Amino acid sequence: MTLHERPTASVVGEAVPHESAALHVTGAALYTDDLGVRLHNLLHAWPLQAPHAHARVVRLDPGPALAVPGVVRVLTAADVPGVNDAGVKHDEPLFPDLVQFHGQALCWVLADSEEAARRGAAAVLVEYEVLEAVLTLREAAERESFQGARPTVSRGDVQVGLDGSAHVFSGEFEFGGQEHFYLETNAALAHIDESGQVFVQSSTQHPTETQEIVAHVLGLPSHAVTVQCLRMGGGFGGKEMQPHGFAAVAALGASLTGRPVRLRLNRTQDLTMTGKRHPYLARWTAGFDEQAHFVALRAEVYSDGGYSLDLSEAVMARTLCHIENAYFIPHVQVRGSVCRTHKTSQTAFRGFGGPQGMLIVEDLLSRCVPLLAARGVHVTPEEIRARNFYVDGQTTPYGQPVKDADRLQTIWETLLTRSGYAERREEVRAFNAAHGSRRRGLAITPVKFGISFNFTSYNQAGALVHVYKDGSVLINHGGTEMGQGLHTKMLQVAATALGVPMSAVRLAPTRTDKVPNTSATAASSGADLNGGAVRDACLQIRSRLAAVAAGRLSVHPDDVRFEAGRVFRLGHPDTAIDFAALVHHAYMERTQLWAAGFYRTPGLHWDREAMRGEPFKYFAYGASVSEVEVDGYSGAYTLRRVDILHDVGDSLSPLIDLGQIEGGFVQGAGWLTLEDLRWDTSDGPGRGRLATSSASTYKLPSFSEMPEVFRVDLLERATETGVVYGSKAVGEPPVMLAISVREALRDAVAAFAPAGTAGEVRLASPATPEAVYWALDAARRGTGTPDAVAGEPPAAVSGP
Amino acid sequence: MDVTLTVNGVTRAATGITPHTSLLHWLRREGLTGSKEGCAEGECGACAVLLSRPGEDGGTRLESVNGCLLPLAALNGQEVRTVEGLGTPAALHPVQEALAVRGGSQCGYCTPGFVVSMAAEYYRPEREVTEDGNGFALDAVHGNLCRCTGYRPIRDAAQVLGRPAQADPLLPALQRPAPGPRATRLTADGATFLREETLQDTLRVLQEYPDARVLAGGTDVSVEVNLRHARPPLLLAVDHLPDLTGLHWTPDTLEIGAALPLSDLQRRLSGRVPLLDAWFPLFASRLIRNRATLGGNLGTGSPIGDSPPVLLALDARVVLTSLSGEREVPLSAFFTGYRQTLRRPDELIRAVRVPLPLAPLSGFQKIAKRHLDDISSVAVAFALRVEDGVVRHARIGLGGVAATPLRALITEAALEGQPWTAEVAERAARLLSAEGTPQDDHRASAAYRAAMLGNALRRFHGEHPAPGTEAPV
Repeated sequence: MTLHERPTASVVGEAVPHESAALHVTGAALYTDDLGVRLHNLLHAWPLQAPHAHARVVRLDPGPALAVPGVVRVLTAADVPGVNDAGVKHDEPLFPDLVQFHGQALCWVLADSEEAARRGAAAVLVEYEVLEAVLTLREAAERESFQGARPTVSRGDVQVGLDGSAHVFSGEFEFGGQEHFYLETNAALAHIDESGQVFVQSSTQHPTETQEIVAHVLGLPSHAVTVQCLRMGGGFGGKEMQPHGFAAVAALGASLTGRPVRLRLNRTQDLTMTGKRHPYLARWTAGFDEQAHFVALRAEVYSDGGYSLDLSEAVMARTLCHIENAYFIPHVQVRGSVCRTHKTSQTAFRGFGGPQGMLIVEDLLSRCVPLLAARGVHVTPEEIRARNFYVDGQTTPYGQPVKDADRLQTIWETLLTRSGYAERREEVRAFNAAHGSRRRGLAITPVKFGISFNFTSYNQAGALVHVYKDGSVLINHGGTEMGQGLHTKMLQVAATALGVPMSAVRLAPTRTDKVPNTSATAASSGADLNGGAVRDACLQIRSRLAAVAAGRLSVHPDDVRFEAGRVFRLGHPDTAIDFAALVHHAYMERTQLWAAGFYRTPGLHWDREAMRGEPFKYFAYGASVSEVEVDGYSGAYTLRRVDILHDVGDSLSPLIDLGQIEGGFVQGAGWLTLEDLRWDTSDGPGRGRLATSSASTYKLPSFSEMPEVFRVDLLERATETGVVYGSKAVGEPPVMLAISVREALRDAVAAFAPAGTAGEVRLASPATPEAVYWALDAARRGTGTPDAVAGEPPAAVSGP
Repeated sequence: MDVTLTVNGVTRAATGITPHTSLLHWLRREGLTGSKEGCAEGECGACAVLLSRPGEDGGTRLESVNGCLLPLAALNGQEVRTVEGLGTPAALHPVQEALAVRGGSQCGYCTPGFVVSMAAEYYRPEREVTEDGNGFALDAVHGNLCRCTGYRPIRDAAQVLGRPAQADPLLPALQRPAPGPRATRLTADGATFLREETLQDTLRVLQEYPDARVLAGGTDVSVEVNLRHARPPLLLAVDHLPDLTGLHWTPDTLEIGAALPLSDLQRRLSGRVPLLDAWFPLFASRLIRNRATLGGNLGTGSPIGDSPPVLLALDARVVLTSLSGEREVPLSAFFTGYRQTLRRPDELIRAVRVPLPLAPLSGFQKIAKRHLDDISSVAVAFALRVEDGVVRHARIGLGGVAATPLRALITEAALEGQPWTAEVAERAARLLSAEGTPQDDHRASAAYRAAMLGNALRRFHGEHPAPGTEAPV
């Protein structure tokens, strides 16, 4: 059987609840910080956070902290036996002598209680020499404060394209980042175990890299360090890189004191110390022909990387690989620059730069629609999109053929029909004509998202599968569970591959001493990669079992079938023997009943200097329709209805995939409409401080932001050949479906304009009620551009 | 003195705690790690637990509260139930079952809090299951944040819950009266938690220790303890005092006890003060309203508290009491500066008095980034009496536009005596936009705040036009 084919009666495809659901709802599911209570003699770690965005540490004296009752030790740079760095680029000192963002941890206090550790941290004496700080993206771009590579994606000749375009427009778009706000903050728990190894429980998406950083900080080989991740209370990319340093601090403390060390950030520490989704600034020039076909796009794209590189180069690469989203653009030249600012080091966040790239082009298209109309080219926002869709045979600007491009059109047309788009467009028009202070808006937007790590080497995975003599199965794989349902899918894959019921399979926690050299659980690839590896291991065992069964059933091994815990001769279920009985026989015949599985994604290549190649195994497609209602008095709005049609291939686990789509959508809507990161950019004493550093100031979508009507369908008959059991990745693409919410808001805002005056609608991002208010205020006054977007809010404020 | 607590039916002595130890921290230290800390300020609900409170019928009400905001000592002698006390993986509670099978959990970290909030609603005695629906009020979960699911499956789970079965193991306990707060003194780590039996004793302490931090529901004090590491040396609990928890109607006054939890107040008013009814759902979340009080919201003196605008519009007066007697001050004179009030250190806010009859035309508007459970950028409350088309009485309370909550005196004066027409409203709206001294901050710009003031009045007039004109929809 090939990778994508499913046996009959397969467990994949069944809509099962999350494998830990019963543990979640009873509070029995354990997270890293729940484990400390089980350990004796536990130490608690607390950071000293710098109160400046940029400063030299002139003096750091931990002496007074040691006088605080309960304080056991203060960890500083002098304690590091290995490398004093928490990152992979060697630009993130674990114990720095140069402060590079407000709230950066300088040293860590270990004490018998959290309270004592906190008091100890407050007692440490530090003297700073305050330095000038660069805080805003604009300022960094103007000063050319860049870090890392500045890659360009290009195709054709953009100047020729623009010169040959009938209509050329330019614009600028600056938009905000996003805090992950996983409900479980970063946590690590380390002790030296009975065999002398360093054992670290970490809430990490990347146990292998956590292991490597712990090892290099401690000056140990990797085999002396084991990292385990039971589960995370959310990750969203925020635990791909950030956990390493915290794990290293805990491990260093444990190795120096001989006592277990617990480190858990509280919410404010997590918000002020860890990286976020990158804010962006884009300056673009776009050319269209008389039919509103894209001809050329030139853009300079800047991201705010914060103080260090982290994954910013890779995030920018993905931005450049998604800036055209679903649209064919003949001439392209887009350069990306990662700015260095004195902020937290921005990092991976669900979508990994893809959302930012797509947002640029989606914003651009909607802004150009009225500009084209003013030139006599009349298209609706949905028409200009559909007209520019990739078709089969076309390639992306970086040279990858767009496989299954026809799915874009299929999804688009199906969704327009299912959502009743045309009729609802009329209803919206009628509503807007009949209401004085409220306007409704409707929009549809597409998603095309490349699946695989841009960094080709990461596209590999391992698994370890044991079949015990009683027929029970234990699986281990290199992926981590953060709520996305990876473990559920892996149980289904193993049960399918071995032909046993799901109840026969147990999954053991992710540990670096079981499956080594793993990739981060990221890039939506967890199920593709680990599923390939788990299946591989199971098939090795199954083929050995088939040989044993062939003897007992007197058939060729190819004709042995494994189904639901029964093993029989093809076409003769009546000959079945129990899987457990077969396993027992196999053991007696000295058959190896465990296997290591491995998977590497075939057919990938990527030249990151030239920004060319085929970095993705395939594309995930989807589209969404959103309808909003905006209050003209305040700019507040409600999300009335959302319809989604999304391509997950043949779903491995439909309930899990539905949850990923809905949850990703709402998280994306939060980024685009609500979640507002603000730093103190004044020259006051708080300069550089994150002003939204708590749950009361940084607002996530709550129940009140859930769409009133929420209809999600999976694309049918969508087998993805070359992927485990015909499925597709689902973690990230739905985030970008939320762009339709922003476009629906723009549509509603435009409806506030007096008849005949509708112009370009600029909308800030996030489109908070205030941002929507200024946009609709501008639309009412017929100016199109809200003054507030440019910085200064309008002096005169008019009513509805 | 020992602090004891009954958790999931088992009475435990709390050792090694201080006046600042929260219920959540203690539960987790005891190994009950189902309750989580997500924010430590009552915003996320991951720490929710059920607190047994004496019900009006002599039984027990299970109320959801934030474990992170409850000083453990304040619960001495009381009963709580955590997520572990509702069901087990092998025997799920109906709420747990409904969430589990519908994909209501993904990472699972917020899930125990949702289970607890939903369980409180599941057992709420006023919830009626009919053919039209199960009566589940979704505001029960508005104080719980989930970052994974997008909430739809949680809503669906809430909407399939029936009424508790007759064999429900919790029902017998709900028939028995719940223990209330108990006189308590706990001294540790240089600080004292004190709950005196009587008001007189409480006032005596307050006179002797003017720095005492008065604690009612704890939803504000505990945030300072958790996030800003305040360690007040004396916490003085007042939430149990009958003089502070009553609700009394006379022909010309409604008196509301300053320490009456807002949920109790809402239930006991049952709609008789429409302006308060418009306000309750927009004040934080049920998890908070189950503990928060008017006295606390006024006493903290915050310019962005949401009760002052409403109470200002109601012309409320504050009753302050001390050993030297009681005095009544108009709320409009109560706030003297940023987080400063007329309350002397030896005084307690005992009650709030609202004059009757109420102005018939009222409304509350809250402008915030998020619809629910957010802090106001601007809050505006209106209370008008319009007779024969003329405004005879106008009170407008404002929050978020100055160092203190304030009344829009200029706008009120411009309205009184004028016909309630669109022209007058528009003129008044322009004046209202200029009231206060709004600032730029991370919630909103000053310009937006000013615009929202005027628009609040435009909207209010639009919704309540003069008799004979039609309200636009």
